[in-house]
Amino acid sequence: MLAIGEGASFKAQEIIKTLGSQNILLRSQKPGEEEKISNRRDNYVLEYGLTNEDLKRIRNTIPGVETALPARVIREYVWNIAVRVDVDIVGTLPDYPVVRNHQVAIGRFFNQADLDAAETVCVLGTEMVQKLFPLDEPLGKDVRIGENYYRVIGIMEPRTTGAFSEGNLEEAGGAPRDRMFIPLETARHRYGEVLFRRRAGSFESERVALHEITVKVVKSEDVIPVSEAIKDVLEKNHKKKDYAVVVPLELLKKAEETKKIFNLVLGSIAAISLLVGGIGIMNIMLANVTERTREIGIRRALGARRKDITTQFVIESVILSASGGLLGVLLGVLIPFGVSHFAGMRTIITPGSPILAFTISGLIGVVFGLYPALRAAKMDPVEALRHE
Amino acid sequence: MSPPPNLAPKPPASATSHASATGPIVRLEKLRKTYQMGGTSVTALSGLSLEILAGEYLAIMGPSGCGKSTLLNLLGCLDRPTGGQYFLGGQDVSDLDDDALSAIRGARLGFVFQSYNLIQQLSVVENIEVPLFYQDCPEEQARQIATDLARRVGLETRLDHKPFELSGGQQQRVAIARALANDPLVILADEATGNLDSASGREILDIFDDLRQQGKTLIMVTHDLEVGERAKRLIRLRDGELESDLRK
Repeated sequence: MLAIGEGASFKAQEIIKTLGSQNILLRSQKPGEEEKISNRRDNYVLEYGLTNEDLKRIRNTIPGVETALPARVIREYVWNIAVRVDVDIVGTLPDYPVVRNHQVAIGRFFNQADLDAAETVCVLGTEMVQKLFPLDEPLGKDVRIGENYYRVIGIMEPRTTGAFSEGNLEEAGGAPRDRMFIPLETARHRYGEVLFRRRAGSFESERVALHEITVKVVKSEDVIPVSEAIKDVLEKNHKKKDYAVVVPLELLKKAEETKKIFNLVLGSIAAISLLVGGIGIMNIMLANVTERTREIGIRRALGARRKDITTQFVIESVILSASGGLLGVLLGVLIPFGVSHFAGMRTIITPGSPILAFTISGLIGVVFGLYPALRAAKMDPVEALRHE
Repeated sequence: MSPPPNLAPKPPASATSHASATGPIVRLEKLRKTYQMGGTSVTALSGLSLEILAGEYLAIMGPSGCGKSTLLNLLGCLDRPTGGQYFLGGQDVSDLDDDALSAIRGARLGFVFQSYNLIQQLSVVENIEVPLFYQDCPEEQARQIATDLARRVGLETRLDHKPFELSGGQQQRVAIARALANDPLVILADEATGNLDSASGREILDIFDDLRQQGKTLIMVTHDLEVGERAKRLIRLRDGELESDLRK
């Protein structure tokens, strides 16, 4: 149980790591349903989200911010001749790999020159490469988006936990889409600020300047205060709550708290089972003592002191509980192994836990064996010898 | 109540002297034992005085309820007297605490019971080693002593057998070997032949005769007059008092 818990928390930590503990994520978000009042849907352009002004304010007015990385996210089909993939096209700046801790595996990311010239170059995510280019090498080839062709200059490393960090902006749930990166200027030129979305058979247009801003903070202990400052700034300049602030560090803390509660629950279950097991051992030992009353009498007659009898029965009880403990440790190692293998969940056995479990089971033997052993020792030898 | 008759000849040493080569190995002085049964107290022994010399072969007889078992329990340091004194090898053991009594039992007494009382899960040789174990005897030495004793009672071929694989007579021989393991001052036998057929019983009594010839002190409780007759001294108890004390 603890192994599964450790595995879950490890996963959470890994997610946080990919997001970066020094980062704050800002996302544009459609405002609540009640504010979207419109009878003339066809002409209505929904305007919301983070703006370039927000980016400037964050960059210029909040201390402790190292970089603020804007990104536009456009959902489009990407074509390679006849193969089509549904991806998020991310228009961003050259320092994306550094800030988001997501490196290029093959080739290169676009640079400042590409950005300034609004070059039609792109960097592909790993998953889409397999779908778009199942057979040949994608570097240097062109992919088509709408009517434009983009040259592939690099391929990103796989992300361990894309689902969480690249969570779709609007469609909650569903498989996470792979990301493809193009220079921010190119995205601006090609798409402008008004986007058409195909949705439930109809079209919908919206005006969003920036979909995401990733803020990197100089020191990780400043993450919380800086995030508070950003929230204040955004609150003053946005009438509607059309943005979301995600602080990975806060998530990490929440995850830690969840883990703590999880461990507490697991711990109490373990404690209860230990108590039940201990009482079971006590019961068995009491029956054992009663059954062997005569043997106790004989041993006492042959010179055993009370202490000797106590020791004998405590040792027997420890052997009983420790062999149970050994069995438990064995199962405790095998079950997480099986869980990892069959359920695909990550499990981690901390090196101390089998030792701890074994020690505790031995101690249970001592604690719950003591009472039966003392009862055995307290018997009157004459009575014990007469016992049938 | 009349004072208990003491027909035993007075030993040469004074009654108050400590253990010496010639002093009595067991000396009881006005030993009393009463049991609390609910609200009433039952007197099992009412002031028994007795001296037993080293090397004596003594049989205690008497009807049921005469205090035989009580006397044997007291002699075996399994129980403490309500009054009077018990000197074993010159040491007053009537007021010792539980641990000290255990030590006396382990070092100076050997028990042979009616129902053998071997520990079922241990082998013959391990059963003989039990008293040595509680005397902190080194393992190898204990094994040596136990093997020698098993040979002495004719069980050298059955060292690794469990008690339930042996006949009654063989089991009782294991019990005798066990009683001898710590080289005790006194061997106490409680109806040692009571569960045995007459042939096996005779074997056991033959062993007792041998022991007596080797100078061991034997105290035996029995119902069987034939068995009692083989002892060199016969004591009869009645209602917690000494009825007769005969030497042959």
